Amino acid sequence: MAKIYSKQPLAAPKMLPKKETVNLILNYSKAMSMVKVGKMTFECIAN
Amino acid sequence: MANVLIPDAVLVKNYVGGDENALATLINRHQSKIYGFIYSKISDRDVSDDIFQDTFIKVIKTLKSNAYNEEGKFLPWVMRIAHNLIVDHFRRNKKMPMFRETEEFSIFSIMSDNSPNIESQIITAQVESDLQKLIDELPDDQKEVLIMRMYQDLSFKEISELTGVSINTALGRMRYALMNLRKVIEKHNIILTN
Repeated sequence: MAKIYSKQPLAAPKMLPKKETVNLILNYSKAMSMVKVGKMTFECIAN
Repeated sequence: MANVLIPDAVLVKNYVGGDENALATLINRHQSKIYGFIYSKISDRDVSDDIFQDTFIKVIKTLKSNAYNEEGKFLPWVMRIAHNLIVDHFRRNKKMPMFRETEEFSIFSIMSDNSPNIESQIITAQVESDLQKLIDELPDDQKEVLIMRMYQDLSFKEISELTGVSINTALGRMRYALMNLRKVIEKHNIILTN
C-alpha cells in the first residue's frame, strides 16, 4: 500500500469529557450556593 | 453566533451575578482544550473525567465565593487548577499504587498469609492436648521440673531454689523426664507433629 505523504498532520480526535460529567458540573453549580456568615463561608447544596 | 463574541471575563462576571448559562458557555468553549490537556497527562478517560469534574468544582466554588480576581486569564487559571489536580493524582498514586492482576502474575505469589489456618490450629491444639496427657504420666518430681522449665519458663537455678534441690538434681530430673517422654512416644507410635 502506498505511503501517505500528507502535508497536513493527521487530525487528533477531539477529546471531550462525557456529557454526564458536564451535566453533573452544571447541576452542581445550580444547586450550590455560598453563604457568608461573619468571617466564615458556608457551602450550601440544595436538594 | 452571539456566544462567540462574549469574552470570558464578561461570562465570568455574568455567572458570578447568577447567570448559570454563562458557565455552560464557558465549559462548552474550553472543555476540549482542558480535557485534552488532562487526558494527555493521565491517559485514562475515567480518571480524566474525574479530574475535569474536580477542576470545575473548584472553579465554581471560587467564583461563587467571590474570591476570583478577573485579570482576563480565565483559561490559564482553570488550566493551572487542572494541572495541580493532576499532580495530586500522581502523588496519591505513588503512595498507594493500584495493582491489577493478570493471567500470568498474581499478587499472591508475593504476598502471603502466614497465619495458621484452621486445620493447623486444630492439629496444634490436639498435639498440645496429647502432650499434656503424656506429661501427666511422668513421675511427680520429673513432671514438676518439666512444667516449671517448659511452661513457666523458669531457669534451673530458680527451679532448684523452689524445689529445694541442687541444680544438678533439677537438670537430671529434666533429662529423665525427656527420656521417658521419648520412650512412651516411640513405644506407642504417637505422632506429635503438625
